[in-house]
Amino acid sequence: MTHFLACLRRVVAPLALLGVATLLASVSPSPAYAIAPELIHDLALGENEEKVKAISALVASGDPQALPVLQSLLAGEVQTVGETTVLRVKEGIATDLATGAKVEPLPESRDDVVLNNRVRRELATAIAALQLEAPERATRFAAAHALQRGADEDILPVIQRALAKEQDAEIRTLLSLTQATLQLASTDKPTRLAAIHSLAESRDPNTKTLLLPLLEKRGADFVETDSDIRAEAELSLRAIEGRLSKGEMVGRVFSGISLGSILLLAALGLAITYGLMGVINMAHGELIMIGAYATYVVQNLFRAYLPGAFDFYLLAALPAAFAASAVAGMVMERTVIRFLYGRPLETLLATWGLSLILIQAVRTVFGAQNVQVENPAWMSGGVQLFSNVVLPYSRIVIIGFAAAVVALIALLLTRTRLGLFVRGVTQNRSMADALGVPTGRVDTYAFGLGSGIAGLAGCALSQIGNVGPDLGQSYIVDSFMVVVLGGVGQLAGTVYAAMGLGIANKFLEAWSGAVLAKIALLVFIIVFIQKRPQGLFAIKGRMADA
Amino acid sequence: MNASLPPQVAAQLERRRLVAPQHRLLTRGGWIAFALVAYVLLVLVPGLNLLLPAGHPLHLADYWVTLGGKIMCYAMVALAMDLIWGYAGILSLGHGLFFALGGYAMGMYLMRSIGREGVYHSDLPDFMVFLDWKTYPWYWSFTDHFWYAALLVVLVPGLLAFAFGYFAFRSRIKGVYFSIITQALTYAFMLLFFRNDTGFGGNNGFTDFKRILGYPIAAPGTRVGLFIATGVALLGALLLARYVVTSKLGRVLTAIRDAESRVMFCGYSPLHYKLFVWTLSAVLCGIAGALYVPQVGIINPSEMSPANSIEIAIWAAVGGRGTLIGPIVGAFVVNGAKSWFTQAFPEYWLFFLGLLFILVTLFLPHGVIGLLRRRRATTATSPR
Repeated sequence: MTHFLACLRRVVAPLALLGVATLLASVSPSPAYAIAPELIHDLALGENEEKVKAISALVASGDPQALPVLQSLLAGEVQTVGETTVLRVKEGIATDLATGAKVEPLPESRDDVVLNNRVRRELATAIAALQLEAPERATRFAAAHALQRGADEDILPVIQRALAKEQDAEIRTLLSLTQATLQLASTDKPTRLAAIHSLAESRDPNTKTLLLPLLEKRGADFVETDSDIRAEAELSLRAIEGRLSKGEMVGRVFSGISLGSILLLAALGLAITYGLMGVINMAHGELIMIGAYATYVVQNLFRAYLPGAFDFYLLAALPAAFAASAVAGMVMERTVIRFLYGRPLETLLATWGLSLILIQAVRTVFGAQNVQVENPAWMSGGVQLFSNVVLPYSRIVIIGFAAAVVALIALLLTRTRLGLFVRGVTQNRSMADALGVPTGRVDTYAFGLGSGIAGLAGCALSQIGNVGPDLGQSYIVDSFMVVVLGGVGQLAGTVYAAMGLGIANKFLEAWSGAVLAKIALLVFIIVFIQKRPQGLFAIKGRMADA
Repeated sequence: MNASLPPQVAAQLERRRLVAPQHRLLTRGGWIAFALVAYVLLVLVPGLNLLLPAGHPLHLADYWVTLGGKIMCYAMVALAMDLIWGYAGILSLGHGLFFALGGYAMGMYLMRSIGREGVYHSDLPDFMVFLDWKTYPWYWSFTDHFWYAALLVVLVPGLLAFAFGYFAFRSRIKGVYFSIITQALTYAFMLLFFRNDTGFGGNNGFTDFKRILGYPIAAPGTRVGLFIATGVALLGALLLARYVVTSKLGRVLTAIRDAESRVMFCGYSPLHYKLFVWTLSAVLCGIAGALYVPQVGIINPSEMSPANSIEIAIWAAVGGRGTLIGPIVGAFVVNGAKSWFTQAFPEYWLFFLGLLFILVTLFLPHGVIGLLRRRRATTATSPR
């Protein structure tokens, strides 16, 4: 059927052409087009080879009319009538591309211009090349990106022209990278050497993929036969790798500090309650989870009632998370843990039971699925430090937040009456009791404080990870390791241990993978305890068996 | 409880009274009860299941045999837990690891005896074909021999426990620290076994077993055979544990639990005692795991999850620590409740388990057995 129509069209076309010609004569000529009619003809009606040539010629001409013509060609708006006339048909209005004249009425039989993939690719590249001179930065940036993928040597002059004018640093990087890629492919040795040399200045990790093939071996021989080129490539590669590895190092230290500050937030409350009462609270992770869910609830309240102030919901979520976890912790202490003093192993089991109940309760109320906690707008994005290192704002905020929490706790413990009591009870419970310190009440308050810090940790974690009923479980073992390593009742020990474990974890991870890193750290902790059992556990002398 | 004594001392006194010195392996009544249980496990249950037809009112369904066999494995783990926790005062939160290691050692043999009947009809297990492995890794060598695999069941958990225990006890890690570190240990192993490249089937573990020692694994006869083997192992473990705790070594262990420094001042080195009972406990767990795997037909890394290990502690606590028989009872009670709960009200099981943890530690420090003993003691003393 379609074949039949095509045949019909071919017969009808010459007849229609006659009609068009008479019409054209009657229309007044519009301003003459600068594009040569034969180029237009090749573009629309030529063989694929001719089309490609015409595209290159159009790009090289630097004609301002070239861009719209190529764009409409790619968009499928260009149609032909017969063997001579090329029209742009848009929204039912036809314009003759060679003359710029309007064609009315619309010719009945028009053929679409057939583009194969190669021509499409060439067209896209050509459009990108022409768009490099667009006034809008976004267009230029997108064009430079597009060129990076599919440019050939013909575009080189255009890129050089654009480079001379371009002011934006990011676009310049992209362009010079493309330029170097193209020059590398050239046959002229000095051009190639110069290109390799200029690549050494690059801060883009992608540059490495350009240089590496030059040093590849196939069998015993190098793929690249010229030894000068190889030497130059080697040098440039070294320079780039040096710069990149510095960036990687900084990035790793940063993510280590970031992990460390999360561990610190998770372990800080645990260290306080453990130091004070010698009980390990297995439900500590669930207190973190409660903090995260409190953040989730506050977020939903803001979305429902105060959508304008959504960016500031964290300010309300912080006290809410603290209060929710602190209340939960104080209730736990008053109802269960209080009755198990002097039996640390039983406390461990009982708090595990509490954690099971809390997990199931959250599942029942909020569902077993993870819930969505959105970052406020000011927390998204990050600082680009090196080309291969981005420091997300959310992580930076959490590091700052952890530092602030540590400072606050330090102030609280050293400058307030409650802090004095907490320290006294931690050091010698019966002596503090004898001196009139209400140890029972101090226990409750301190437990509330430790739990509240867990809530703050949950609020922070909700900003960078999933919030689900199992949230606490994934942090519990790690935060215990921090407490074990850092020693008891020492804020400084906890800080050092958290940061050390965080950074060590990230470096080992890069070296051996996440799981082996965890195992290596565990082995390290066990060996470390061999060397410093006293210093780590901070229980000395006659207290050792108390 | 005496009000003038600090709670710790009072608790210790209480515990000492419960573990009265007994030099005989079992009392006369104990032996009679033992023989009765042995008769039920080794004769009655197999007979009711195999000899009676399915419609008979006294017929025991396969489901109960499998469940019973499974719980007996758990009971053996609880017994092992009691040795280390009840008698040496060391709470391990990593016993699930030893259980799983024993299970994996047996699983390796079972995987190899599938032969070419896997999905891919290869000499290698399906997961290795799937990962495009060409040969068995070195640690799989000889596992096609049952007795070698049985040796691994004992050796792997035993050696790991020995090495870990040596370093931990030497630096006098105890109390909650030891608990936490054992928990971290099992957690680390869980992560390791979850990896595909470890060579243990990743998160799917081992499954689809076909036969054991040439017998089809799902056949009723094989099931009952495994049940009997588990029963024999459990009773044997009970006698062994009883022998250990009534020996002089057991008395020293109890002394270490109650006052380690004093034992050291008397000239004993606690390291060897602790290490012995710790390793023995791990080996018992490994054997239990090896018996467990052919009965449930699967072993995967979730057996090593910290939650599983901590559940073992609650079996021992529910039954009553330091009694040997208590943890066995506890394992049956808790797991019986679990299989009923998870069918009847799956969403309330965690609430129930959590409450069990809290209520038992708060109100039943000596477990069910302690409750029974106290009642007997009060009825015995009340006439006077």
